[in-house]
Amino acid sequence: MRPQDLLVPTPAGLCCRLGGFHIDPVRPVERALITHAHSDHARPGHGTVLATQETLDMMRLRYGDNFAGRTQAIRYGETLRLDDVSVSFHPAGHVLGSAQIAMTCNGLRIVASGDYKDAPDPTCEPFEVVPCDVFITEATFGLPVFRHPDAAPEVRKLLDSVRLFPERAHLVGAYSLGKAQRVIALLRTAGYDAPIYLHGAMESITHYYESRGIALGELRLVKDIKKADLAGTITLAPPSATSDIWTRRFPDPLTAFASGWMRIRARARQRGVELPLVISDHADWDGLTATIKATGAGEIWVTHGEEEALVHWCKTQGLAARPLALVGYGEEDESASTGGEDAA
Amino acid sequence: MNRFAELLDRLSYEPGRNNKLRLITQYFREVPDPDRGYALAALTGTLSFKHAKPGLIRELIAARVDPELFALSYDYVGDLSETVALMWPRTPTSSSIKEPPTPHPSPPLATLAEGGEEVAATPSAPLPPPLQRGGVGGGGPLPDAGQGHNKPPPPTLTEVVTTLATLGKAELPAQLTHWLDELDETGRWALLKLVTGAMRIGVSARLAKTAAAALGDKDAHDVELIWPGLIPPYLDLFAWLEGRADKPANRDAAPFRPVMLAHAIETDDFATLDARDFIAEWKWDGIRVQAVSGRDDDGNIIARLYSRTGEDISKSFPDLLPSFQLPGAIDGELLVLREGRVQSFNVLQQRLNRKSVTPKLMKEFPIHLRAYDLLADNESDLRLLPFVERRTRLESFVAKLDDPRIGLSPVVPFHDWATITAARADPAAFGAGDDAEAVEGVMLKRRDAPYLPGRPKGQWWKWKRDPHIIDAVLMYAQRGHGKRSSYYSDYTFGVWTEGSDGDQLVPVGKAYFGFTDEELIQIDRFVRRNTTEKFGPVRHVVHEPDQGLVLEVAFEGLQRSTRHKSGVAMRFPRISRLRWDKPPREADRLETLERMLKTEKVH
Ligand SMILES: [Zn+2]
Repeated sequence: MRPQDLLVPTPAGLCCRLGGFHIDPVRPVERALITHAHSDHARPGHGTVLATQETLDMMRLRYGDNFAGRTQAIRYGETLRLDDVSVSFHPAGHVLGSAQIAMTCNGLRIVASGDYKDAPDPTCEPFEVVPCDVFITEATFGLPVFRHPDAAPEVRKLLDSVRLFPERAHLVGAYSLGKAQRVIALLRTAGYDAPIYLHGAMESITHYYESRGIALGELRLVKDIKKADLAGTITLAPPSATSDIWTRRFPDPLTAFASGWMRIRARARQRGVELPLVISDHADWDGLTATIKATGAGEIWVTHGEEEALVHWCKTQGLAARPLALVGYGEEDESASTGGEDAA
Repeated sequence: MNRFAELLDRLSYEPGRNNKLRLITQYFREVPDPDRGYALAALTGTLSFKHAKPGLIRELIAARVDPELFALSYDYVGDLSETVALMWPRTPTSSSIKEPPTPHPSPPLATLAEGGEEVAATPSAPLPPPLQRGGVGGGGPLPDAGQGHNKPPPPTLTEVVTTLATLGKAELPAQLTHWLDELDETGRWALLKLVTGAMRIGVSARLAKTAAAALGDKDAHDVELIWPGLIPPYLDLFAWLEGRADKPANRDAAPFRPVMLAHAIETDDFATLDARDFIAEWKWDGIRVQAVSGRDDDGNIIARLYSRTGEDISKSFPDLLPSFQLPGAIDGELLVLREGRVQSFNVLQQRLNRKSVTPKLMKEFPIHLRAYDLLADNESDLRLLPFVERRTRLESFVAKLDDPRIGLSPVVPFHDWATITAARADPAAFGAGDDAEAVEGVMLKRRDAPYLPGRPKGQWWKWKRDPHIIDAVLMYAQRGHGKRSSYYSDYTFGVWTEGSDGDQLVPVGKAYFGFTDEELIQIDRFVRRNTTEKFGPVRHVVHEPDQGLVLEVAFEGLQRSTRHKSGVAMRFPRISRLRWDKPPREADRLETLERMLKTEKVH
């Protein structure tokens, strides 16, 4: 059996005809398998949605109770049979509940990894390498200039700045699903035990994380606090809010942004970021290339991001590789009202 | 080096002056000698070593990485040093990833969902066993153990600076490679910026000195006064600032003194001013300079010519230096005089733009100093005397020099504002005679004004002849059309305004012409070398208080505009002159345009 008999890119997303489903479809379909709850992967309006419990819960938080006709939860490692295809979900290390989806049929296994990272993250299950024949990898940071440092020293930069500028409010732009909670957890690990303030758009997802047993310490909503009392504090907000009139409620705000994009100076400057924090929820170049090798796959399909460089690299390693040219992923939807976005 | 790199990194994003100061002072407080001294030298531009060419950096990276991956990366990042710093491989071998993984049965660290035991239930083919990378050890994507612990410590800034100062050209590539291997991303970026001489982080020498001064609660002015006698790594300076030693003596016989500047006067201002308090002079259209001479330890005269920012420009005027025979410091204007007549600024510019100063050039463009003020006479500092007394001292000083190359800027007699208004409108009829063309307005100076550094309020006023001229800062450049399509010939310029975090530039217009072909080539070159970002055909050009290009823009009128962020629109703006001599900090402010707008409406 050839890989393209099992899975093909279509305008609606990756389609598995033998199993009768799509993966992370961008248009409403009969049966959708969803890797994780970021809005560019998880969209409302499908007939049946199969995903991890966390992904289903967070889709419900964002889109309301009727986000799908029917839902079915699957645990990491559990195998289900969908028509002729065996399907299993495995931790992707990207955000809470994020999964890679493995499809096996007639001895051929394809793994669609969705978004993933192999760096440590106290707020989600660590990435697991799933051996396969064809590995579908993202390429958000698919250039060798993207090498994310350890997150701990990045968080220390933020704490140093709070110490040096105690009269200023530190605003940290962070995507509200995953990144924000990870930054909070990292701050706690670094010994910061003062209350951390939140933009309203982050409230429900953050509470959900806490309800899943992730301890985040004392959190307060910023809207309840007087301006003067915000001096010397740390507030997390969706990135779009940090360049908005919303920031006027803060005393002399200092804008930080936690993202893999912050590795590139022009990107940080363009956003007017004063304190770039290179903290990413996607694998960096070393992570992508190491993971590709570790899967043992002989064929690599590359999607959303810098496909060209990663495809080139695969070929220099003697691996068959091609870009998938899927559209609709990796576009940051930062609207503060929904908090929906893809974490970078 | 990594700590210095961290400082540069942080400064490059910080827009606020006071916050920059705090970051630098904090660095000086934390970092011991001699590293902090070399950092001060780097920030004030006083380090001297031969800079590495971008070509060398390209060769170094080519030896380490796949050329196609480099090309894709460079294209994405847009800055050579940054690209190389980010993609420099961690070890000399191309891949740092260990493989293949050994069987690794350890369970996940945190179990948020159950079911880990069912992983890969029925693999259909013999495949390598699963491996767990994330969450283990907390060391990021790389294995934590191994060579990382045996690595030599990264070089200190002192090591880098002192090595570069003595290194032969042939040894540079190997040395750089070595350092790049030892430093982290930010360290590599700072190193490459330092060795290529492209450290643009929006910090002026003045700001760095102010930050050092703050270490000892001193004023920047105190540091400035002794600065010419100091040498990196400034151990004596820091010892004084930390109260461990006396103030270093000023060993320079001919030091620069910070310049005093004037405010642009507006019609409303006259109502509050009394003509009897002021002395008027012509505002000459040349280059503001400071000519200083003094005696060294052996009693020989040392003479220097400084630009308004304190840059030593003596080398460009060997014909003028011998004229400064008497110890003292003159504030004046450089002009070209032919047969006693002051030439236009364009003529002066032809002399300024030359790389080498040949006897022919000196003969063709005879340089002259028109003296405005006397800051020091022999050993005595005159700066705290009232202007009227300094003026008397200046007159006798110039008379004593008795040199045709140094002349007094004449006083324009007046007793009321009407007279000076008429004089400004027609300088030829009020004493400027044939030189009127080189007069760009009048200066009004309070008789009792001491000579104060910077732009103190209410002391000196400038009143330009043509109100429709402003100094703006080049912000963006775009390619032209037709025969200019290979040049960046469309310029967006801006003026300063108070932003949420200190002063910022706001665009006020676009200009496509007014410059000569030669000037177009100069601006184009400046744009290409000083691009901070590219967006399609538009280049963002560096525009910081201390870096950037000031354009003198002439225009026909002003109107309110809701289309422009600045709220004003110019009619028929054109570049009337390039002000290479002027730091962007001294360009005009939006308030000046707003005041012009008000007067527009009255007429
Ligand atoms: Zn995602």
